[in-house]
Amino acid sequence: MNELSSKIRQFVVSNFLFGKDTGFTDGDSFLDQGIVDSTGVMELVAFVEKEFGFRVQDSELTPENLDSIAALVAFIEQKRPSGASIT
Amino acid sequence: MKHLLSIQPAVEVEHICNTLRHQLTKDLRRRGVVLGLSGGIDSSVTAALAVQALGRDRVFGILMPERDSSPDTLHLSRLVADSLGIARSEEDITSLLEAAGFYRRYEEAVRKVIPEFGVGWKSKLITSGVREGGTLTFFTLVAQGPDGSITSVRLPVQTYLAIVAATNFKQRMRKMLEYYHADRLNFAVAGTPNRLEYDQGFFVKNGDGSADIKPIAHLYKCQVYQLAEYLGLPEVIRKRPPTTDTYSMPQGQDEFFFALPVAQLDFCLYAKNHGIPASEVARATGLNEPTIEAVWKDIDRKRTTTRPLHLPPLLFRPVPEIH
Repeated sequence: MNELSSKIRQFVVSNFLFGKDTGFTDGDSFLDQGIVDSTGVMELVAFVEKEFGFRVQDSELTPENLDSIAALVAFIEQKRPSGASIT
Repeated sequence: MKHLLSIQPAVEVEHICNTLRHQLTKDLRRRGVVLGLSGGIDSSVTAALAVQALGRDRVFGILMPERDSSPDTLHLSRLVADSLGIARSEEDITSLLEAAGFYRRYEEAVRKVIPEFGVGWKSKLITSGVREGGTLTFFTLVAQGPDGSITSVRLPVQTYLAIVAATNFKQRMRKMLEYYHADRLNFAVAGTPNRLEYDQGFFVKNGDGSADIKPIAHLYKCQVYQLAEYLGLPEVIRKRPPTTDTYSMPQGQDEFFFALPVAQLDFCLYAKNHGIPASEVARATGLNEPTIEAVWKDIDRKRTTTRPLHLPPLLFRPVPEIH
């Protein structure tokens, strides 16, 4: 598990699951697993924008970018300025 | 294929009237029905059904406009009450909303994203709708300044929640007044959601979602229109586009909550519920198959998201004596 996916998992478990990791995989869909709903998606976007310092465009608000840890990792890696580290 | 949504109005009206009388006498033991009238098709049909079932003196309509209500709301609501010959009360809820701090709270929330928002501005929320290949819902605040200029901002979650929480005061104030009159008259409160609204959770818990009976919650919107025609409701009511009449800018239901115009969504929901393939829905609606699949996914997501609105308070151990 890399540092980025670990950071996202930590947020998801803390924010949506009251700190109890249900053992979902990095590829599991947040929506299909019932981990987040539409308000949860908005919370995820706020987390990403705050933590990683970029604006998520309307056109980027898709399940492909946001609906799993793996999707978020790929999306953030692609959007993050090259060389930027995780804080 | 749209004929699949056709009903036999006389049969349906008889069923609803019989059920309504049974529920009032056996389950609720109330002497009539109170309901809020908005001048829209759903409350008008519900009122007409109640009159048919119980008689006009057993139905009481309440008109509850406020500062942001459409100018049409009041005169159309009066028209419905007068055409049905029912007693009515007019309760402007602006002062109640002011006392609860609604207008202040709403403006404070909007100013988080549009600092200049204030007197003379109007606004509404719109939803992102459905896109092919799936989408995630987000909301945009559209505001119109006193000079007519339009500003649109995608809402961060806290602002979205604050705006919705404030706006929900409107539905809850109205329901409070409906129950006041119901208690006073020993009547039951009728909720007026159609099937689309009920299924997709398009209501405020303890607001318009609260009621003793929901006589048209099983009917698709186009079936409600069929009953409206059968019941002889005024044409101006039958032709009025569905509106939320909740925000200060004019707002269709399909802008705020539903992913498609109501007529198309009605049919998509029916098709989903009856296992009709997307290819057939595409032929009937003119939508393409990926869009229909995305709409069906959105229907499922809204069912999941709004499930808590349907739930009664959850207990932690059974109380078997109470059902």
